[in-house]
Amino acid sequence: MNSEPVLEVLARSATVSLTATVIASVLGISLGSALALAGLPGRRLLTAVVNTGMAVPTVVVGLLVALLLWRSGPLGDLGLIYTVRGMIIAQVAIATPLITGITMAALQLLPPELPEQLRSLGANRLQLVVRLWIEARLPLLAAAMAGFGHAVSEVGSATLVGGNIHGQTQVMTTAIVENVSRGEFGTALVYGAILLVLAFVINSLLASIQQRGAVWARN
Amino acid sequence: MISRAAGLLLASALIAGCSSSDAAVNSGPSGNLVLATTTSTQDSGLLDVLLPAFDARSDCIVKTVAVGSGQAMKMGEKGDADVLLVHSPAAEEKFMAAGHGASREPVMHNDFVVAGPPADPVGLAGSATAAEALKRIAAKQAPFASRADDSGTNAKELALWKTAGVVPAGAWYLKTGQGMSATLTIANQKQAYTLADRSTFLATKGLQFTVLFEDSADLRNDYHVLVVKHDGVNTACAREFADWVRDRPAQELIATFGIDEFGEALFFADAGR
Repeated sequence: MNSEPVLEVLARSATVSLTATVIASVLGISLGSALALAGLPGRRLLTAVVNTGMAVPTVVVGLLVALLLWRSGPLGDLGLIYTVRGMIIAQVAIATPLITGITMAALQLLPPELPEQLRSLGANRLQLVVRLWIEARLPLLAAAMAGFGHAVSEVGSATLVGGNIHGQTQVMTTAIVENVSRGEFGTALVYGAILLVLAFVINSLLASIQQRGAVWARN
Repeated sequence: MISRAAGLLLASALIAGCSSSDAAVNSGPSGNLVLATTTSTQDSGLLDVLLPAFDARSDCIVKTVAVGSGQAMKMGEKGDADVLLVHSPAAEEKFMAAGHGASREPVMHNDFVVAGPPADPVGLAGSATAAEALKRIAAKQAPFASRADDSGTNAKELALWKTAGVVPAGAWYLKTGQGMSATLTIANQKQAYTLADRSTFLATKGLQFTVLFEDSADLRNDYHVLVVKHDGVNTACAREFADWVRDRPAQELIATFGIDEFGEALFFADAGR
């Protein structure tokens, strides 16, 4: 096994994807709320763009981000290609449309009379949005989790933007691809199993939070 | 009436069938032939020229798997491949000694080059050998991209480090774990030196890179064809491919490949029976 210690790769995967998820959640929940609540002009077009973004293959996102970050590209002077920061940018671009889409759907599913009632109770805009976020907290949490899952499991952009450089930008998924290409199927399976456990833990966490939320809502 | 027409159709189909099999150059072995080969033969485009030519005169259906030489030989060991076209002489000899191969014959060679940023911050010119050139890079800790993927090129690189008496490690030594083209692209972006086979270096587009060291005896890159010995492999097709690729027509394809596009041949034919 020529790759670096599994734990280091795992830690890097988690750092990159968690950071990307936090940034993408801020962007996605804001944008999704604006699309769902404010009567923006061109809302239909924006919604279509978001939905398209949810379906774009991650390798295409990776290609576009890589072209931007290459030394010959428009942002080349920042020196972000084949760095962890570059990978975070790519994953933000991957997770944001997903989080935006789910946020939009969640807020639109709230009872339509709710905003009206809140307004008549004297809530200002900010209070209204925050109240609606609290109402929709579980789907919003699910949106962030889905964004994380999407980001941590993708391999195309991680390879193109990160470069799979050992000790610097190698993450779980690119380590799996590399080990398969070297015929080290055992190591690849170990990495795969760890990713699977990670997904299981996150989903269990999500399920338990939802359960608790549901109980709390009934009382 | 209908049955007569059907009979005519059937008869003509039979005649057509016979005549086409008569017309085939080869009525030899058939079936699927898994060719495990190095990324360099695929990335350089050589296979795109060789395989259609083989296909035209053989009933064997070639399925190519382009991987590092290390994995290609692993596939051979497990019987997942029927024939190998690889360039990792030390590992090949081990493969043959372990009884995994029925034959190993030279096909062609080209050479490795040390490529890097045109400014050549280290100054490789004047090195006597490739090992010395690498030693200079290590001494200055200039970035160097290694494939680190058990490929033939990677094996060559590690052998050169060994000769140079350097254990490459540290932030300057970038292990990509990827194929030659991907590693060249990364090296280019990182302004790093790298060891590449000349064919892939010439065939990889979009590099602002130059060859900084070449033409030394320790940079020769030999390709052999190995017929795998394992239960269930298609030995007949493998034998046919191994013989064909060393025969005159294929050797001529190899010797002229790349001249049109790059102005120089990418490989030198070594068999030409």
